Amino acid sequence: MTGVRVLVGTRKGAFVLTSDGGRGDWTVEGPHFGGWEIYHLTGSPVDPNRLYASQSGGWFGQLIQRSDDGGKSWNPVGNDFAYAGEVGEHLWFDGTPRPWEFKRVWHLEPSRDDPDTVYAGAEDAALYLSTDGGLKWTELTALRTHPTGPSWQPGAGGLCLHTIILDPTRPGRIYTAISAAGAFRSDDGGDSWLPINKGLRSGEIPDQDAEVGHCVHHITQHPSRPDTLFMQKHWDVMRSDDAGANWREVSGNLPSDFGFPIAVHPHEPETIFVVPIKSDSEHYPPEGKLRVYRSRTGGDEWEPLTKGLPQSDCYVNVLRDAMAVDMLDPGGIYFGTTGGQVYHSADGGDSWASIVRDLPPVLSVEAQVLP
Amino acid sequence: MIRVLLPAHLKNLAHVTGEVRLEGVTGPAGAVTQRSVLDALEARYPMLLGTIRDRHSGKRRAFVRFYACEEDLSNESPDAPLPEEVVAGKEPFIVLGAMAGG
Repeated sequence: MTGVRVLVGTRKGAFVLTSDGGRGDWTVEGPHFGGWEIYHLTGSPVDPNRLYASQSGGWFGQLIQRSDDGGKSWNPVGNDFAYAGEVGEHLWFDGTPRPWEFKRVWHLEPSRDDPDTVYAGAEDAALYLSTDGGLKWTELTALRTHPTGPSWQPGAGGLCLHTIILDPTRPGRIYTAISAAGAFRSDDGGDSWLPINKGLRSGEIPDQDAEVGHCVHHITQHPSRPDTLFMQKHWDVMRSDDAGANWREVSGNLPSDFGFPIAVHPHEPETIFVVPIKSDSEHYPPEGKLRVYRSRTGGDEWEPLTKGLPQSDCYVNVLRDAMAVDMLDPGGIYFGTTGGQVYHSADGGDSWASIVRDLPPVLSVEAQVLP
Repeated sequence: MIRVLLPAHLKNLAHVTGEVRLEGVTGPAGAVTQRSVLDALEARYPMLLGTIRDRHSGKRRAFVRFYACEEDLSNESPDAPLPEEVVAGKEPFIVLGAMAGG
């Protein structure tokens, strides 16, 4: 292992942080695409030099950038994210119908075995696929046109498709999550979708057993246990052991079960991490103490991790795509804050240090191990 | 020859430094219009597709403005002839980001 590369998307550009396997000294490169919002910056699992970035902004819209040399150089690829067929309508905040309107790409998910194949999750919610390295994007329409689609309403961040998980063992199985529609699973490569929200309880909607309408913030999975999913919902940390068919709450003794990111330890499939935030309106840590909470029991029992993190006067947030792990041994954990800090732990979360402290607000963090 | 001034972000994207000079721009019936200039601009710099106007409807993006000869042409018809000074290359066609949207 020659090192690790951490890809950071921010409100005003992208940054690339690199270190050797010891993860003690870091080099910070950037900003790339200065002035643009980088909702997500990520790399191919099979070719770490193949990177994709979602670049957007209020003035000039959406671009996708691709690097074939690990981020040294970038080229814009395709940005034609058209809704295929009849556009249709979803519900607006006030309950009135509103036509789907493309706004931005929140998340890019490269294939596990082909660097030219990559999925994109968009706002307003839709799933796109490119098989030519991002040049051409085709909507997988079955998700947006799901019979429940006309009842989907945006969360505060928009009607965004923010989570895409490509199952590591079952070809064609894809998980997605949409705020505030919920989680969905396809077993046929996106040709059909099943809402998987049974067991979620959301006080913000009248019917607790509603098939859709849940504000899922993020879902994660350990590759060795693909049927076990962990979810950070608007409120509640949830777990499923049957590929999303049923969920149960595992918030346990967390000081708040509101939050955005959730991650699984790279080598311990029952060890998970969350960053509790005080409430749906108070998007900062309880008591002004930035604490990552770790459960070694797959939920229910949680311990605060504080060493190296600010324990007073801290009022930052950690957004849903801003936590990641590397596959080194011992495993590394990373997260970025809306205050521009990127923290990492090289010992499974026992202690933390900042890599960089004064970036623009961090939107996404991904970690790559370099061969 | 049509002179086009792009905002910094789009110059970076198109890898140009100064103003863009477009030769042979003609629209319907030989008129030089906003649409014909943008068509020629996007043909030469395809990475600008979708950044100034919608790729399908052709509608100007909400926070983009078009100025020329000290006039705001943003809400003019895309098929209206541009001022003679722009057509003659004496004045640039200016594309810029509005005072919002950043």
